[in-house]
Amino acid sequence: MATVETATGAAARIGVEQVLAPSPAALLRRRVFRHWGLMIGGVILGLIVLMALLAPVLAPYDPYDQQLARKLIPPIWHASAKATWAHPLGTDHLGRDYLTRLIYGARISLLIGVSAMLISGVIGTAIGVLAGYFGGRVDMAVTFIITTRLSMPVVLVALAVVSIIGSSLAVVIWVLGLLIWDRFAVVMRSATQQVRSREYVTAAQAVGCSTPRILLTEIAPNVLNHLIVVATLEMAHAILLEAALSFLGLGVQPPTPSWGLMISEAKGLMFFDGWLISIPGIALFLLVLAINLLGDGLRDVTAPENRG
Amino acid sequence: MLAFASKRLGVALLVALTVSLITFSMIHVSGDPALAIAGEGAGAETIEAIRKFYGFDRPIAVQYLDWLSGALHGDFGRSYTLRQPVADVIFARLPVTIALGAAAIGFALVLAIPLGVLAAVKPNSLADRLALTLAVVGQAMPTFWFALTLILWLGVNWRLLPITGSDSWQNFVMPAIALGYYVTPAVMRLTRAGVLEVLASDYIRTARAKGLRPMTVLFKHALRNAIIPVVSLAAVQFGFMLGGSIVIETIFQINGLGYLAWESIQRKDLPTMQAIVLVLAVIYVTLTLAADLLNAFLDPRLRVA
Repeated sequence: MATVETATGAAARIGVEQVLAPSPAALLRRRVFRHWGLMIGGVILGLIVLMALLAPVLAPYDPYDQQLARKLIPPIWHASAKATWAHPLGTDHLGRDYLTRLIYGARISLLIGVSAMLISGVIGTAIGVLAGYFGGRVDMAVTFIITTRLSMPVVLVALAVVSIIGSSLAVVIWVLGLLIWDRFAVVMRSATQQVRSREYVTAAQAVGCSTPRILLTEIAPNVLNHLIVVATLEMAHAILLEAALSFLGLGVQPPTPSWGLMISEAKGLMFFDGWLISIPGIALFLLVLAINLLGDGLRDVTAPENRG
Repeated sequence: MLAFASKRLGVALLVALTVSLITFSMIHVSGDPALAIAGEGAGAETIEAIRKFYGFDRPIAVQYLDWLSGALHGDFGRSYTLRQPVADVIFARLPVTIALGAAAIGFALVLAIPLGVLAAVKPNSLADRLALTLAVVGQAMPTFWFALTLILWLGVNWRLLPITGSDSWQNFVMPAIALGYYVTPAVMRLTRAGVLEVLASDYIRTARAKGLRPMTVLFKHALRNAIIPVVSLAAVQFGFMLGGSIVIETIFQINGLGYLAWESIQRKDLPTMQAIVLVLAVIYVTLTLAADLLNAFLDPRLRVA
């Protein structure tokens, strides 16, 4: 017998489907947890952040404590009589525990990465959004500033400036922050250009909202996902640049435990004790990889239509 | 096209001028250059003589215009420490860095374009995933660490290549790989995206429908159009590489512009540093201008200035 669906039955079925349909938040959660890159990146980054925060608790020794009698102990996986569980990753040329310095080094990398990213993010976002929203002459001026900045080689200018004003943690952060805002500006400019012509912005303009209000309540929320992606990329960029500067001796100064500096200090010994450069190198690689995976993943998850 | 070209040329000149102003002010922000040249413990008379000799006693605007007009004639002043004209030193070292940059971009293109095409022809296949993984891994490796690792394996453990110097082509293999691999992911992604887009277009369907062989369609029709953005990316990246080669040249002790920059920074030789930044900026501006003009020439839609 054919079933004849009654009006109330249909209504009830739609109601049930609506109740059972996943909410946008649930959909987002599902996308996040099914994205392998995002999960792997998030977990590695989370562990490194935890390591940096808990450094005094986790580290077995003091990062500055030199024991020359115990210098250059190889890590435990080396088939050497000197290898000991007292120093799982060995010790450096001054007898400092390598695991301790590695743990404290995470603090420097994260501190510089986050601070330089915030400084460059504020500059780049501000000029990018202004250029994208106002267009015309403002856009021309900003495009010119971006082009000028891009034509000056980052590493060279950073090295020159640091050598002139002297290197310290704060100097490195400010120099990097003031140099790497270009991608923020480029991406925010084009993202704002896209949003500017939407109806809701026109509507806000029509009802007489002030420009700052439109920028804050209409533009900002809609360019936020692009901002987060660039922020992760630039954080990784700043971390790599700090490591390169420290490696060349013009970044963070010894005896601060920075991963780039650790590689630099071990350079002369790398032919005999290769692990001295592989351990901090792998740490840097994992941190940057985690941040990049997180950034790529966030782009996929927040804008699934742009995937590929 | 002419209007577009002249406008772009004007902007390029203005950028170069601005960079020259910024690099010039570097000297004067850094304190009294005469003191820096004289070194510690020099007498007041010596410092005064140096100030006269280098012309630091003139107004800054005059010094800038003088330096700029010199730079336009290929004269960047005298090095503080090398006791010879900066221009001579720079143009002796520049070819080495350009050769290194060319080898690096060559390496990147040879690796990235086939990978990108392969990834685009079979999207979501094993090859595609492998190429994307390579890209993610490549972008996370610190250049200097990768360079040291290459030295350790190819140079020391396997003894395949010389470690330092710039005498033969073999000296350039490792530095070119170390400098070029960083660009590979960007080129690969762009090639993949370009080929994917072109393969979905109507004229490719027509070419397939009239029975052309798949290889002919891919190489003669698709790649030719997909490669245009890659060419301009390569030009821009080449400019970045010349600036970024400072780390690589220092590690491999290649006698190029990057190593000269490093030496000048160590010796606080400001005229040389200044000139290197300016030369690299001018090269970058020229390359991007050339890329823009080439794109506009190939694709008239881009000529709207």
